[in-house]
This record gives sequence, C-alpha cells and structure tokens, in this order.
Amino acid sequence: MSTAQYVDTNTSVDVMTDTDQYLTFILAGEEYGVDILRVQEIKGWDSVTPIPNTPNYIKGVINLRGTIVPIIDLRHRFSLDEIPYGATTVVIVLKVTGENGNRIMGIVVDAVSDVYNVAAEEMKPPPDFGAISIDYVKGLATVEEKMVIVLEIDKLLNSGVMDTSEALPQ
Amino acid sequence: MTIDITQFHETFFEESFEGLDIMESGLLNLDIGAADNDTVNSIFRAAHSIKGGSATFGFSEVAEFTHGMETLLDEMRDGSRDVTQGSVDTLLQSVDCLREMLAASRDKTPIDTERAAVVKGELEEILASGNNNAETNSVKKPETADTPEACGNRAGWQIKFKPHHDMLRTGNDPVRMFRELAELGELAVEVNISQLPILDDLDPEESYLSWALTLKSNVEIEKVKEIFEWVEDECDFEITEIEVDAPHANEVGKRGGITSKAEVTPVTAAKPAGSKATVNTDSASIRVSIDKVDALINMVGELVITQSMIGQLDCDFDDFDISRMEKLRDGLTLLERNTRELQESVMRIRMLPISFAFNRFPRMVHDLCQKLDKKIELKTTGEQTELDKTVMEKIGDPLVHLVRNSIDHGIEIPEDRLKAGKPEFGTIELNAFHKGGNIIIEIKDDGAGFNKERIKAKAIEKELIGSDEILSDEKIYDLLFQPGFSTAEQLSDVSGRGVGMDVVRRNIRELGGNIDVTSEEGIGTTFTIRLPLTLAILDGQLVCVGDEIYITPLVSIVESLQIKQEFVNNIAGQTELYKVRDDYIPIVRMHDMFGINIKRKGLEGGLLVVVEGDGKKAGLLVDELLGQQQVVIKSLETNYKRVDGVSGATILGDGTVALILDVDGLIDLSRNPPTSSSTPENSVRDVA
Repeated sequence: MSTAQYVDTNTSVDVMTDTDQYLTFILAGEEYGVDILRVQEIKGWDSVTPIPNTPNYIKGVINLRGTIVPIIDLRHRFSLDEIPYGATTVVIVLKVTGENGNRIMGIVVDAVSDVYNVAAEEMKPPPDFGAISIDYVKGLATVEEKMVIVLEIDKLLNSGVMDTSEALPQ
Repeated sequence: MTIDITQFHETFFEESFEGLDIMESGLLNLDIGAADNDTVNSIFRAAHSIKGGSATFGFSEVAEFTHGMETLLDEMRDGSRDVTQGSVDTLLQSVDCLREMLAASRDKTPIDTERAAVVKGELEEILASGNNNAETNSVKKPETADTPEACGNRAGWQIKFKPHHDMLRTGNDPVRMFRELAELGELAVEVNISQLPILDDLDPEESYLSWALTLKSNVEIEKVKEIFEWVEDECDFEITEIEVDAPHANEVGKRGGITSKAEVTPVTAAKPAGSKATVNTDSASIRVSIDKVDALINMVGELVITQSMIGQLDCDFDDFDISRMEKLRDGLTLLERNTRELQESVMRIRMLPISFAFNRFPRMVHDLCQKLDKKIELKTTGEQTELDKTVMEKIGDPLVHLVRNSIDHGIEIPEDRLKAGKPEFGTIELNAFHKGGNIIIEIKDDGAGFNKERIKAKAIEKELIGSDEILSDEKIYDLLFQPGFSTAEQLSDVSGRGVGMDVVRRNIRELGGNIDVTSEEGIGTTFTIRLPLTLAILDGQLVCVGDEIYITPLVSIVESLQIKQEFVNNIAGQTELYKVRDDYIPIVRMHDMFGINIKRKGLEGGLLVVVEGDGKKAGLLVDELLGQQQVVIKSLETNYKRVDGVSGATILGDGTVALILDVDGLIDLSRNPPTSSSTPENSVRDVA
C-alpha cells in the first residue's frame, strides 16, 4: 500500500505569485483537481465497513491510524457508472472544512494523475453545464492542452454527506 | 525583570477553590460552642492562603474580603471569640461569596461588589459586636474601612520625573520603570525634549529628557514610589495626587453622555459571555496524583523492555527454531499484559474519587435542614471509589436532585419521626462501591418511603395507567420516572415540581447507566444508580449479520437464544413477536434494518439477542454470536455524522472498523422504519 504525503508544498511555488498547486485524479476519463494543501494522504483501496441507511455513495468507514474516516465514492456521487475497483483505484484522504470545523474524509477515484501549478488567472469559471452542479466546481484549468476540473471539495463533500438529514423535510 | 504572573493564575484559582472546599467542610464540621482547634486552624490557614495569593496576584477585592474572614477566624483560633452558629453561618456565606468573587476574577467578569459588601458588612458587624476585647476591634476596623474610602476618590497620580544627567550611567532605564508603572494602571506619558542637544553634541550616555506622567490608578503612593526607589538620588521627582472632583466628574459625564453610556454597556454585556466561559474552563484541566503518573511511567518502561526483548528475537529469521518460538510467545504474552496494564493506567488518569461529587452534600444537607427544620445526619461511604471524570461531571446534578428529594420528601420532620418511633435524626446514606465492572451509587434514607397507593392514584389521575391495572412494585416505582410525575402534596421551592425524576433517569441513561428504586413505606427509600466505569471503553458482544460484524453493548443484553419457529407469532402479518417465557417481544430483523444481504431466508437458524433499552425489550435477529471483548469507543461524528441505530464505532483486532449498536435507537428505529431511504435519490438528484 503506497502512501504518499504532501504536507508541505514545494518551495518553487514562492517564485510565482497567485499560483496554487493541484493534485489531479482521473474519474471516468476526465481529470479533476483538488487543492493539494487539502490532501492529507493517498492510500490504496482497502475494504471498508459499510454504514447502514446512508446514501449509496458513502462506501463506509475505514480506520485511519485510529481515526474513523468516512469514504465517499466519487463515481457514485457524480452518478457515473460503477466499475470494479482495480489496481489503480485509490483513496484520497482530504481535510474538509465545514461549519463544524475540520473533518477528514476519503474519496475513491479511478487513479491519481499529477500535480500541476495553476495560476489564479488561468482558472476559468465553469459554464453552467448539466452534469454536476456548478456549486461543486471551483473552475476549469487548462494544463498541457487538457482540461482539469478543479473541485470545490468543501461544498462537494459537505453537501449531501453532512447535511442531507437537515435539509430533508421530516 | 518582570515575570508574567498571569501564567500562575490558573494554579492560584485551582488552589483557592480547593481552599474554599476545605473551609466549607471545616466550617460544617465545627461544633458550635466547643470548636476543635485543629479544624479552626485548617480553616484559618485556607483563608490565609487565599488572602495571600489574591494579594500577590492583584485581586485586591478578594484579598480585602478575605481579610475580614481571616480576622474573625484568627479570633476564633486564639480563643478570644466563641464559635457561634451565627458566625459560622456568616462565614459559610462568605465562602460562597468568595467563591463567586474568585470565579468572576478567573473569568474576568465584574465582581458582584454589592453582595460582597453585604456579606462583608455582616462580618464586620460580628467583628464589632463580639465578646472579645474592644481594642483589637477598634484597631482593625478602621484599617479595613479606611482603604476603600481612600481609594474611592483618588483618580491617580501626577508624576514629574526629571533624571539627572548621569542617571543612565548607573544602569537605570526609565523605559523599564514606565513599564512597571503602566502595570499599576492606565499610564499617559509626556516627554519634554527641550533639553535635547543637536545630534553632534549628543552624548548617548547622558540623559537629557524629562517626563510628565499621569497614572490613572488608585494604588498606594508607596507603590509608585517603590518604582522610583533606585533612582531617588539621581533625579528630580515629584508626585501629586489627582483628586476626583465630584461635580467635575458629573460635568464630564454630561458632556460625554454617550461615551459614558458606551462604557457602561460592555460591563453588562460581559456578564453572559463570562458565564459561558465558565463552562469551558471547567473541564480544561485535570489534577492527577503523582502515583498514577509514576505507575504510567513504570508501565511504559516495561513496555520498552518487552519491545527490546521481542526485537532481539526478530533479528534473524533464517534459523528460526522452536526454542525461539517459545520465547516469542512469552514475549507476546508479556506484551499483551503490558498493553492491558498500560491501558488501565491511562484510563485511571481520567478517574477521580467520587468524593468530588459527594463533597457538596454536607453543605447542602446543612442548609436544607435549616430551611426545612429537619434534623438529618449524612453518612457517606466509599468516597474513594473512582469514576471517570466525564461521568462525574454528569452525575453531579442527578445526585443533587435525588439527595434533595430525600431531604425534602423522604425524611420526616422530627416530631413525626418521634411519633413513628424513629430516632429524631433522620439518616441519609450515600454509598459508592464497585460491583462487577460497574459503579454503584446508593442514596438511602430512613424516611417515610413511597406510598404505592398514592403513586398509583396519582398515575391514574394523570392517566398514565388505567384505573384497574394491576402493577408490580417495579412498575409502580417506574412511574416515578415518568415526565411530570410528582407525589409531593404541596410544592416547595426545594423540590417537587415534577420535573426532575425523568431528567435524572435520562441523564443516567445517557451515561449508559441505570437507576432503580426500592422503598418500604415508613422505613425508607433506596435509589440505586448503576454506572459504567468509563465512557471510553465498553464491554461488547460481537455479533454477525451477513458479512458484517456489529458490537452490542453487553449491558443491554438480557439473553441470547436460538429461534424456534413455534414461538414466533405475527400481528397483522407484519410485526413479529417472539415468546420468551411470559413475554412477547418484537423481533428486529437486523439485516432488513441495515439493508444487508443475507443468504438465510426466514427466521430459522437465526439467533435472537434479547436486548433491553429504555425500559423496552426487543429481540435482535442476528446470524452468529462471535465473542465478547472490550472495545474502545470511537466517535463517528468526528468525521461524519450521527447514524440512527449506531452509537459509535470501534477498531477490531484486525484493524477493521466495526459499528457499535445503539440499542435504544434501534428499538425506536424498528417502530418507525427509516424514511431516510429516500435520502440517496434526493441528494444525488441535486448533483446530477
């Protein structure tokens, strides 16, 4: 099980102002990015303990060195087709900021891809597309002719995960 | 050299509150008329330490207030004053007042000076009246009375400070002195640079400046002088007092009407904020006896030794023979024992003797007895029984409630007691002891006991039960814990408003405990509270549902049995009931509830774990019972949210997570099946 930690960012970032580093991952052929400072670690897929009566995209919880961490399947979350988990399937453990402070959560993605520097001005606002709500997208970046969808992980992981019960009429 | 003394504040407050507890218990133990000298001494010492400490840390109100108490205690100590009920009561009030003052100082909220003044007045009255010689009084009284007056109309000090040319050469630094001055109060500094030469002529070792300082503070002149003590001979130095001119102050008030208002508001607004802060400070730290820490260090030492022992074995696996295997096994056994002991030691750090909760009762009994004209003796045993800190904090209020109930409703007034042939003094016993992994707390009184008929009548009146129902004793007492149930014929301000017993039970249940009552009319009542030793560890039964492992708290399991089809009954083809002896209990199909696929169809071959929660029984249908084990409770809410039917999670020996079942929640859930099955669709839709 390979575990890579990205605690401190590279010093080379200092040279350029307004540049953020993003960790990108692959999900159904598309490349998505998350702010690298939010990534706590990347670990291989391992079995989880399911939690009863939760939305199906919540795979369950794992034991991360003594902490109980919920795992979310991003394919399910985005209503993509299910594929069997393979050798490249990884869990990206993220720090999520919400109303009740910080939480640790994991997302299951097809594979990790790369780390890119993206300047703030290169980021384009997302067009109003149908696939996923634009609330969950911070912007679109173009890196080496490829489109990277930068996700707003706080909104994405808090909505539906944290406050479904509150949002639903009783 | 200034040391930031605020870092010692916490310790000071902690010690002061301990001192107050000592004073309180000491005062309660004092025999009126013939006081035990040791007790008076210990009370005096506590007061003296608080006075000294508060003066050191600059809590002058507290110091001044304590001074009065100290004077009175001093007189009691040297025998020049008799210990009377009146003076003891006043001292007790002073203790309360002092506690509030200290709490206010700690939370940086304004001190309730009015109340302090009233209590202080009472103290002074006693001091003034007293049977001791009048001389000491007249000497002491003006002293205490003088200071506040003098402080009252002094606005501060005007200081003119002109160092001689060579003052800096002696190593005196005006900046440092000003800094010290600034600690005494609000300091305004004006510098006179008229003597300053042009830069070329300036000798850096000479002093050319002079200052006019305004210190807004009511400190003694001595304190100001003290700062300048070292430079007295090397400067021109003049202190004048700024008098507060009452009409002048009024004028200012008028002109700056808005400003003064604005000044008032924060004070009142600060109060609620302060009381909130109190809640936080309460559980901030914990005092651990050095023995426990030493035990822990020992244990870690053992662990290191064991680790190195096993480490030595591991180095070479190529020629691993059976003798090493033996050693490895020994090492692992040792490791297991060490780990267990270490765990216990760490847990013990959170444990406090129950005397922390019991300590407040002597005072409460004392006060309530006076109020209600009853004579009650309080006996406590097992004060050293240790309990988890969190449990301790939460059990306090329920205990107070129960003891208050016993005093108010349980124990009869002396005349009635004598009539009933009982001793005049009623007895309330508080017992704490261990019993099978639980802490038992008993509250026992020899009062009137419960009248079952009256409880029943009341329940019928309140329509909690039907008029012709036949109830077991257990069921009758259970009614006491129903919301809004009180048998007190008349309400008193002590207890009996009918809120309470249900809250008491709920609080205890939240801690994973239970409460029982036994009572005999005319003889007395016993409340028995059963609490788990700790909240962090739970004795659990591992059960299997499909491929999933769940943990059922052992305390809620009544029994486990194999399902026999002939005992299964249906109501309206839906609710399944299982006959256990005389009881019909609903079957909760765990796999349906949690949406788990299982191979087995129907009930045959399943196991029924009969659990009890919230007074109701249910049978959980599971596939297999695995084993019993202690599990460490981990919260699901830290990173996720509350899940119905699950109280938490734990990590099993193989590193996987297992969920701990919330029995009460499951029973509720089985009655009102989850509507949240629509949740996935809903939330996906807002994404998709």
